Amino acid sequence: MSGLIKSSIARKVVMALSGLFLVFFLAQHFTINVTSVLAPDTFNEWSHFMGYNGLVQFILQPILIAGVIVHFVMGIVLEIQNNRARAIKYKKYSGGANASWMSRNMIITGLVVLAFLGLHFYDFWVHEMDYKYITANPEDPTRYLEETVHKFEPVWRTVLYVIAFVLLALHLWHGFASSFQSMGVNNKYTPAIQTFTKIYAIAIPAGFIFIALYHHFNPITQ
Amino acid sequence: MKLNLKIWRQKDARSKGEMKDYPINGIEGDMSFLEMLDVLNEELINKGEEPVQFDHDCREGICGSCSLQINGEPHGPDRLVTTCQLHMRKFNDGDTIVIEPFRATAFPVIKDLVIDRSAFDRIQQVGGYISVNTSGNTVDANATPIEKEKADDSFYAATCIGCGACVAACKNASAMLFTSAKVSQFALLPQGRVEATERVQSMVRQMDLEGFGNCTNTGACEVECPKGISLENIARMNREYLSAKLKG
Repeated sequence: MSGLIKSSIARKVVMALSGLFLVFFLAQHFTINVTSVLAPDTFNEWSHFMGYNGLVQFILQPILIAGVIVHFVMGIVLEIQNNRARAIKYKKYSGGANASWMSRNMIITGLVVLAFLGLHFYDFWVHEMDYKYITANPEDPTRYLEETVHKFEPVWRTVLYVIAFVLLALHLWHGFASSFQSMGVNNKYTPAIQTFTKIYAIAIPAGFIFIALYHHFNPITQ
Repeated sequence: MKLNLKIWRQKDARSKGEMKDYPINGIEGDMSFLEMLDVLNEELINKGEEPVQFDHDCREGICGSCSLQINGEPHGPDRLVTTCQLHMRKFNDGDTIVIEPFRATAFPVIKDLVIDRSAFDRIQQVGGYISVNTSGNTVDANATPIEKEKADDSFYAATCIGCGACVAACKNASAMLFTSAKVSQFALLPQGRVEATERVQSMVRQMDLEGFGNCTNTGACEVECPKGISLENIARMNREYLSAKLKG
């Protein structure tokens, strides 16, 4: 096992595994979020569970944050190495002739999604830390839907969320299926994986966009 | 056919190169791309100028010597052909054609369009062989039964001519397609399994040492490969490598 992380293949496997973990998390996140539209009481109940369950807060949440950091740091390391591998660039390079825009621009879509995560953390995670541990408010299992809907009142935030999810869709479009190739999976199931990737890459971000727009156009009025 | 060529000129490995314009007339559609460059060089020599240096040998698509980035694509706009097999009928009268050497830090330019691809040789040297007893009782290769599908896949991997188009096409200048073809052609055959664990680790280690980039699975290498080497080889090499590492 020694030196495994030093090889280009191992680094790609780390990228693939952390990426697949985040893909799985995204589906779980969407499942909870969609209840904010379909079943508000369930949304409050599940959000409260996620916010106060010890396993989620102190085991799963740090693993998730570590997954994001590993995926981001490894992505930057790979990008720096890739740039060094062609120190002198072509005067004319027809990248579009042989590869998709999504596959060639993972670093751009990834950095946009990362920037969005900063805003998202500020909006919800920082707020939660403040609510629970700094201001030390008492538990209120009914507050989550109202707080979430309130976040989507400003047009600028809703627009930023929509843009971020479009970029996330482009990132997933290549990244999800690509992670299987990095781990050595290219067989009779590959066409099915690629089809599922395209469905997932459109459906999940579109669902998140729908939720953001739904709350923006359906504010809670006191 | 009248063309405007923009060609990378570089005196030697240490000099800084630049693109230079070369208008050219009288090019026939049936000429190969290299024959078109021969015509240009004749003109340059007759004018007392330095001819454009470019690699070539067999001129029938099997040696892997020719290596030109033509209008942003290795071996030009045609598919499954090398530069020597590219015909000028693929271009139109009045076209501007940009001709550059394959670009990669691991493929330094020697002069004009000639690059040093010995990094590929070194990758092959560390693992591109099998151990066969040649002391008089060598077993005929055909004496070992091999499934046709595996024999075919091994053969297809072995058709890689090591031209470097995969590296040139890849946005990361990755050599994964080349290395995976060299790993696969042996890994698929029982004769190649003896050193399989060590081979894949040695070849990947050498590939990384040479300074090639990482694979992003864009698939550009497969599209531009004149021999149609499949991305399945990269997945196979990844499996071989991970399996070898996990075995310790």
